[in-house]
Amino acid sequence: MKPINKMILKTDSRSINESFVRICVSAFAAQLDPDIEELSDVKTAVSEAVTNCIVHAYPDKVGEITVKVFIYENRAVKIIIRDKGRGIKDIKKAMEPLFTTLGGERAGLGFAVMESFCDKVSVRSAPGKGTTVNLTKTFVSRTYENE
Amino acid sequence: MAVKISSSPMRVTVSLSGEIDHHNAAVLRMEADEAIQSKLAPNVRLDFNEVTFMDSSAIGFVLGRYRIVESYGGNVEVINLTRRQFAMMKLAGLENVVKLKTKK
Repeated sequence: MKPINKMILKTDSRSINESFVRICVSAFAAQLDPDIEELSDVKTAVSEAVTNCIVHAYPDKVGEITVKVFIYENRAVKIIIRDKGRGIKDIKKAMEPLFTTLGGERAGLGFAVMESFCDKVSVRSAPGKGTTVNLTKTFVSRTYENE
Repeated sequence: MAVKISSSPMRVTVSLSGEIDHHNAAVLRMEADEAIQSKLAPNVRLDFNEVTFMDSSAIGFVLGRYRIVESYGGNVEVINLTRRQFAMMKLAGLENVVKLKTKK
């Protein structure tokens, strides 16, 4: 399916950009007129993915994060979040709820949250090759009862 | 300021506001812990009334405070959660260790 619109964003992996990226993506997805809950789902999932880039992909340096967003006529949004960082050795393990390599106060719930708020989450990664996370969500058709 | 503290001998209330993500959690943690560790009250309340956004960093934040309060024998409750925040915390199994209360 061909997207009806797209945007591309590149930013440094600085934690201050977590809110910037999620707000940009949700502002763009708002073109599809989702409800507030659906938009919060997008914001939350994007926040998790971007945080992963900052804390895992580039643990001790600042790298580049690329975010591409496509929207489709059937009210689907596809978000691709990509880094060129350290990569993930065992993707299945990384996606297990409560698994974290960091300890401290990371809850190990990033992927679990993405999965609960999106229709589809897919991850491509290899050690040293960076990570690409694909998030897809279709907004439910609106019914305007009072119109 | 992102954190407001009020306290009585039995309780410290930490009122959070704004967005809780990985970036903001660091400051919230410092301010909350300063209050919690100086009072050592038996009950610590984390008030989410003014929290407009949270991701899983907020779950880490609650768990971290729970570990501190639990270490001196206190208990934690999290109040004024939206239905969505409540659902996320339940997903993480937080209800097994802290009391979760939604907004009225």
